[in-house]
Amino acid sequence: MSHIKVGLKPEQIKAIQEICKSFNNEPGELINVLHKTQGYFGYLPAEVQEVIAANLNISVAKVYGVVTFYSFFTMIPKGKHPISVCTGTACYVRGAEKVLDEFKRILEIKVGETSADGKFSLSCLRCVGACGLAPVVLVGEKVYGRVSPDGVKDIIKEYQD
Amino acid sequence: METVKLTIDNREIEVPKGTTIYKAAKSLGIDIPVLCYMDLHDLKVENKPAGCRICVVEVEGRRNLAPSCSTDCMNGMVVKTHTTRVINARRTVMELILSDHPKDCLTCPKSGHCDLQDMAVRLGIREIPGQEFAEMSTYKKDFSPSIIRDVDKCIMCRRCETMCNDVQTVGALSAVNRGFMSVVAPAFEQDLEKSPCTYCGQCVAVCPTGALTEVDHTAKVIRALSDPTKTVLVQTAPAVRAALGEEFGMEPGTLVTGKMAAALRQIGFDFVFDTDFAADLTIMEEGTELLDRLTRHLNGDKNVKLPILTSCCPGWVNFFENNYNDMLDVPSTAKSPQQMFGAIAKSYFAEKLGKKREELVVVSIMPCLAKKYECQRDEFKHDNNPDVDYSISTRELAHMIKSFNINFIDLADEDFDRPLGESTGAGVIFGATGGVIEAAVRTAYEVQTGKPLPRLDFTELRGMEGIRSATIDFNGLPVNIGIAHGLGNARKLLDDVRDGKANYHAIEIMACPGGCIGGGGQPLHHGDSSIIKARMAAIYREDAGKTLRKSHENPYIKQLYEEFLGKPMSEKAHHLLHTHYFKKGNKDIYI
Repeated sequence: MSHIKVGLKPEQIKAIQEICKSFNNEPGELINVLHKTQGYFGYLPAEVQEVIAANLNISVAKVYGVVTFYSFFTMIPKGKHPISVCTGTACYVRGAEKVLDEFKRILEIKVGETSADGKFSLSCLRCVGACGLAPVVLVGEKVYGRVSPDGVKDIIKEYQD
Repeated sequence: METVKLTIDNREIEVPKGTTIYKAAKSLGIDIPVLCYMDLHDLKVENKPAGCRICVVEVEGRRNLAPSCSTDCMNGMVVKTHTTRVINARRTVMELILSDHPKDCLTCPKSGHCDLQDMAVRLGIREIPGQEFAEMSTYKKDFSPSIIRDVDKCIMCRRCETMCNDVQTVGALSAVNRGFMSVVAPAFEQDLEKSPCTYCGQCVAVCPTGALTEVDHTAKVIRALSDPTKTVLVQTAPAVRAALGEEFGMEPGTLVTGKMAAALRQIGFDFVFDTDFAADLTIMEEGTELLDRLTRHLNGDKNVKLPILTSCCPGWVNFFENNYNDMLDVPSTAKSPQQMFGAIAKSYFAEKLGKKREELVVVSIMPCLAKKYECQRDEFKHDNNPDVDYSISTRELAHMIKSFNINFIDLADEDFDRPLGESTGAGVIFGATGGVIEAAVRTAYEVQTGKPLPRLDFTELRGMEGIRSATIDFNGLPVNIGIAHGLGNARKLLDDVRDGKANYHAIEIMACPGGCIGGGGQPLHHGDSSIIKARMAAIYREDAGKTLRKSHENPYIKQLYEEFLGKPMSEKAHHLLHTHYFKKGNKDIYI
């Protein structure tokens, strides 16, 4: 993954320092710190990881190792409308993969990527507890149930303005 | 001490509680094969991620096989180390590792010294089932000035990570990504050159395969030797003579100083010189700087920085430029012996020969990989011509000797050339942890007190303990000395200095555990740290056998000052023998 400079503003550095401090700069709290920081930034660019490493007094390589190990963490900014397709067991057997393929085809992106215009990003998740509505798709906070491959283009159209 | 009793391969044994099955078996003479496991006992370093599963054994009543390297012995355990189930599992594990490993052993730089190759031989692997459809992971090669990373050959043993993070606390390497895609890499998978890597080479020293190797400069050296317009000088670091013999099957700790000089002459170097000469010169400059700072400090000068830190180790210099860049004025400004040698060779000695510096090629034989980077630093160049052209490791020299058809073992001893080949015992002990500061004490004491030293061996400064300290009585003036080897220990010592918790006048730091004798360019120890102890003993033996043992008594050093430099820390000496340091990294702005 390339090292893209985002140019952190002083207040952003301060925000990360605050998050680290709220976990007492404990190296053992790295995952919690990353979780909270991703909540704040939406993603974890290289410089953000460098700030975290410096404050928790661990190596940047180690932070990057954890970020790349867990699929929850991402170094790519999420789209304006993040799309999550549930591929848990129930959704999967009811055709989630075909739904996912249709999103990939229309948006021309792979799982974990963001569309060129920054509008949509695509990810998979495992079970949102609405198995009765399988297959389930989330766009932002909104839940769509019993989605068929044919219905995918209508969902995208809702956010196309 | 609480003990446990168990049976291994039908033999009863009682061991202290907490002993692993692997170690208990070893004490019975049972040699369970291990691959990722590494125990550098004398350095208190152990790597046991239980990742490779080569060392599995059968434990009666246990459902699965147990990794013996990381399973503790328990009372009443019945262990079998070579059942059919164990042997089949071991073979399968090996076949799986090999299925994702390049099959270019013939041309691999590690061939013949590879633990993976040895294991394949030991387990009698003759084919790799499913190879035709097995997927191979591929990854970019990374060429830094010192170290080459070829991650395709990585077996994820994590030994390099243990050295880089736990022992050296450099933090350049970590396992990244997941599953089949996982590799050991610097942050953001950038090249080593952009990481905090110090090029200490301890990762290379422990890598079982060809994943981490040194940049090989032997071809360039051979080209220079065959160029009739060049005069080629060689300098050999102190630690090389205590280890080179190992590459030719000699006992660890065999001194091969004379054979090495003879071999270098046969290879065709025009002048066979010694870095030990430059080590003596380093003592003149660094010792004078120490006394100067000490005197000013005692006279109440608030601007003087103490303790003075040694600066001969390029891995250490890289480390403090990265991690202690608020303290760049604390280390001595004296260049390392390698660079002092280059600067003197291409000025003083070039003048003596009546040649231009461009007509000289200076080659150094070093136990070190960071030296390759050091000699390429811009501040050590003059009109783009480096003071030291090529630095090659002890391993590379051994390879050169072999490829020049020299029967090393049978060589008659020869001596170094003069003037830059003369050295004292003080120069020799630079190769072991504590040696530089002991050499400095031998000279500084006599210069400061004007009296001859009552003794020459400062055993309180020697040893393998990671951090050591001693107070030496300078005729009524107590001088506090600190010593650290291994960058993790250096960090502890430096943190204490930064926090004002330590009261030292002088500190010696060596990046590699054991000092240069344990350097990243030395013959591979394959996890046997007793080899490093044997080399250390050899270094002190060489010192004890020297007629001259104090740097300031080296007649050619005296001549160099008389004819050329004037006196230590003169303007000319400053220009040629001293340097400055640079801030690296941006850690400070984020805290």
